[in-house]
Amino acid sequence: MKYGYYPGCSLEKNASAYHESAMAVCAPLDIQLQEVDDWNCCGATEYFSIDLLPAFALVGRNLAQAARNKQSNQLVAPCSACFLNLKKTDRYMADSPALAEKVNQCLAAGDLAYEPGSLRIRHLLEIMVDDIGFKTIGEKVTRPLFGLRVAPYYGCMTVRPDLGKSFDNPEYPQGLDKLMKTLGAEVIDFPLKAHCCGGHMTQISEEVAMELIRRLLKNAAENNADIMATLCPMCQLNMDAYQEAVNKRFGTDYHIPILYFTQLMGLALGLPTTKLGFGKEFIKAEPILKKIRKEAPRKRRKKRLSKQALPVPSMAEED
Amino acid sequence: MVREKVGVYICHCGTNIASTVDVHEVAAWCGHQDHVAVSRDYKFMCSSLGQDLIVADVEERGLTRIVVASCSPHMHEKTFRGACLRAGMNPYYLEMANIREHISWATNDKAAATQKAKALVKAAVERVVHHQALEPIPVKIEPATLVVGGGIAGISAALELAEAGYPVYLVEREPSIGGHMAQLDKTFPTLDCSACILTPKMVDVAQHTNITLLTYSEVEQVSGHIGNFQVTVRKKARHVIEDNCTGCGICEEKCPIKVVDPVFEAGLGRRKAIYRPFPQAVPKFPVIDVDHCTYFLKGKCKLCEKVCLANSIDFKQKDEVLDLKVGNIILATGFDLFDVGRIPHYGYGRLANVFTSLEFERMVNAAGPTQGTIVLRDGITAPKSVAIVHCVGSRDKKYNEYCSNVCCMYSMKFAHLVHERIPRAEVYNFYIDIRASGKGYELFYHRLLREGTHFIRGRVSEVTDAARLPAEEGKLIVQVEDTLIGAQRRIPVDMVILSAGLEARCDSQEVAQRFGLGCDFDGFFVERHPKLDPVATMTEGIFVAGACQGPKDVPTSVAQGAAAAARVIGSICRGTLMLEPVKARIHSELCSGCKICNNLCPYQAIEYHSETKVSEVATALCQGCGTCVAACPSAAIQGAHFTNDQVMAEIEGILWDKKGKEEEAAVMA
Amino acid sequence: MNTRYEPVIVGFLCNWCSYRAADLAGMARIKYAPNMRAIRVMCSGRVDPQFVLKAFREGADGVMIAGCHPGACHYVEGNIKALRRVTLLRALLKQWGIEPERTRIVWASASEGSVLADAVNHMTEQLCALGPLKWKQNQCIGQPRPLPVEV
Repeated sequence: MKYGYYPGCSLEKNASAYHESAMAVCAPLDIQLQEVDDWNCCGATEYFSIDLLPAFALVGRNLAQAARNKQSNQLVAPCSACFLNLKKTDRYMADSPALAEKVNQCLAAGDLAYEPGSLRIRHLLEIMVDDIGFKTIGEKVTRPLFGLRVAPYYGCMTVRPDLGKSFDNPEYPQGLDKLMKTLGAEVIDFPLKAHCCGGHMTQISEEVAMELIRRLLKNAAENNADIMATLCPMCQLNMDAYQEAVNKRFGTDYHIPILYFTQLMGLALGLPTTKLGFGKEFIKAEPILKKIRKEAPRKRRKKRLSKQALPVPSMAEED
Repeated sequence: MVREKVGVYICHCGTNIASTVDVHEVAAWCGHQDHVAVSRDYKFMCSSLGQDLIVADVEERGLTRIVVASCSPHMHEKTFRGACLRAGMNPYYLEMANIREHISWATNDKAAATQKAKALVKAAVERVVHHQALEPIPVKIEPATLVVGGGIAGISAALELAEAGYPVYLVEREPSIGGHMAQLDKTFPTLDCSACILTPKMVDVAQHTNITLLTYSEVEQVSGHIGNFQVTVRKKARHVIEDNCTGCGICEEKCPIKVVDPVFEAGLGRRKAIYRPFPQAVPKFPVIDVDHCTYFLKGKCKLCEKVCLANSIDFKQKDEVLDLKVGNIILATGFDLFDVGRIPHYGYGRLANVFTSLEFERMVNAAGPTQGTIVLRDGITAPKSVAIVHCVGSRDKKYNEYCSNVCCMYSMKFAHLVHERIPRAEVYNFYIDIRASGKGYELFYHRLLREGTHFIRGRVSEVTDAARLPAEEGKLIVQVEDTLIGAQRRIPVDMVILSAGLEARCDSQEVAQRFGLGCDFDGFFVERHPKLDPVATMTEGIFVAGACQGPKDVPTSVAQGAAAAARVIGSICRGTLMLEPVKARIHSELCSGCKICNNLCPYQAIEYHSETKVSEVATALCQGCGTCVAACPSAAIQGAHFTNDQVMAEIEGILWDKKGKEEEAAVMA
Repeated sequence: MNTRYEPVIVGFLCNWCSYRAADLAGMARIKYAPNMRAIRVMCSGRVDPQFVLKAFREGADGVMIAGCHPGACHYVEGNIKALRRVTLLRALLKQWGIEPERTRIVWASASEGSVLADAVNHMTEQLCALGPLKWKQNQCIGQPRPLPVEV
């Protein structure tokens, strides 16, 4: 399946592991990503806070460039911030003809134009979950991640705001959870999975960001997570690069490697760690990978707390 | 054809019509039209004097048809039909022309209004000469009634009917009657013990000679029409011989299999494989749950049979299918609780100490799994702080937009019970609005305020165990925006109760189809008129009562049950019901047996007779829509009072001023 | 000769919804084009295509069939059947030179007086623009073709 591909600035350097692992898993899954010609920065979260029209126009240029790809009208962005910016701009241009006109005026200066609604903007996770599907991925898994406890972390920009037809539940998404389960990992259902990691607050107000990162790490650790799976370069950076700083500041002792979900997918599909960008992370992941076992763990029967305990509600097992 | 003598009456309606339509001109013009014997205008036709005009003219001039040009037939058709009847004329020889709502009130253009009035009156005159004398159709009413659902509404209806002296079949799906009310401990606002007020009624039902109680039974098929419904009921096999069983309960005591009871105990308690849902169950006969009984699964055990002193266990018992004939049906099938698992960020299922309202009802019930003690999921610890979350699944665009009516009251009842049983507990109610509209409800709210309940206005966004501060460790944290102080709050508690909303039963669509009813978009049964007729449905002879029509509390359900019973008693007392004669009739000599009409009828009122190779309309089932009449390629179906002749004549009359103009326009073009 | 052409629309209004809507429009004193003359039927499903043809033959410039909203028909689905018939009828009428805009189906519930009034206004405007019905000129039946002459 062919898609237009917008890597975003992070994937060039900071999140090169994401880029490498994404490219690596696309081959076995028959995904062809065609990079947008001459793309520019999406403005991340900053530009929209400063000046709206240039911010929209900046993103609009990417949309215009992407729309020139005649082979696909779908644009995939692996970075959540890029994804949200692209989707938001396209949607707001469609809702407000006045905005669309202004943006197109800006784009005209570069001989470009963009018709809102002409592209379908997707997140990389969305492609895996909706287009490829768990069944197909499951069939291609050769080295299941048995015994590895994964905390799936969505961050806040993938599923919110709900711009209509959001690909997952904005409050309690499940897509990444199910994907990890398909890879054979033991999935931790940790409640802060869609809570903010602090984003760029690490640059603006370190105190706030540290607290937010601490909460996430604490929750993952409390739930005995071995590893956290992310899908946003910002989240990965914050949780990984600042983990030691959090430990120092709060006197905690977290050592939870933060990996991209594509890296875990690659492992499960039998690809070597060298092809998946391993080793670039601060909190080293290789030692934790030793936890992966050959056999599936035995299904633990839910034990009653005590003879007096009341029955716990049985939640329907999701397929 | 006999020359008809039509009397035309143009009403002024004071100035309502006369100020726009030139009533004198219309009356004068009508006097010259075909078939019109007399044409008058009068100030108020609906007055007794106006009606007397009609009566006098009929008697003196031998009028055979009447046209009244005035207001909408929905206002006064009945009035003028009454006048015709008094004059000794068949009431269906009347036709009205709506020159008020459709003309004088809808335009200021006097010329156009007068022209249009002439058209409508002429149309009525042309139509009325084709009217036939019709008589309302009598249908005999079978005195027995079927009540489906043995909750408080169904019980209420059944008892009213039985006390009035009429036979009732009360069909209930569960092994015992009582419904959701039997699960409750106390009822608001009086805090009456629910079982204490319900069980005497249940016993009355069991003992009443006029009530045939069919529990553990379901209605499988319904056919027929008002006065004469044929109902098939399947009485599922209890595997207990009711004639022998004394209700001693030894079988239940000795049964070795214990399972979680998902229905009566709401998943919070357990029961045996042979069980009665609760001790005061009516009838007292237990039921074997074949999905969990060792004998049915593996062919072993049979302990209940061994210990039964009355020889009542019968593993070979089969379902019994009964055919009942009833005149009316009352549906009182109740509600289902909203599935709180649909809101994952409230933590139900993942966080042990999050309970649904029904689970909590069972917990506080003295006969429940904890004998009325309020404890956490571990069964031992009493909570020191309890959060009660209102509007779970209700007043929410993502789930149900409507308000479930009773949740504020039962949430406050819970708060009160916590205060009562754990005196020093902190209780928080998170609400959007406090809806306390019934008698004594607002006072109940004040009582709760005096008891020290913390009412926080804000919709809870999350119930979580992810602690941020040391004080939150090990607790359930309720995150909410307190809109009265304008701040976000995180409140650590031990127990969270989710006040889930009321929904229609999960199979309400299926049930509605079986009985020939409609469901609204939320799945509740549709009443005939939301304001003026909340117990009848669009289908004659079928009524609804209780929460199946919409979320409501106990007193309203009782009232509705009694109201439905009263309507049924009314129809039984009359003995015969007079149906409007607007019905379809197939002229068999014209019918070619093509069967096109058979599948078109939404009431399945048309039957094809294979011996005579023609179709026939069952008059009592026919509702008179006329779809079959329009569809018949042979014009073999006549729709009484809306025949093709009548409508065609009406069309001709209504276009009186356009006739010939078409040719004229063609010539001039 | 009239200075302004006023189209006449014959309306078939169902007893339960659209007729009541028209009543409501009047009760609310909503003023709208007086060009629609209403004929009451119990259900829009009663409207025989022959009624529509008759109306056009008798000189109507347009026919409006008004019923309950789909899903809300008092007789379950009579309005759906009406919709099916009207769709086919319009196609047929087109072949005879009667513009499809002259036959219209409208949904109006009993509380939607303004909806019906708007529909009447809209249709009146459309028909004013279309002009009077001239179906006899728009197609040529009735004139037998001359038989080929035997040589």
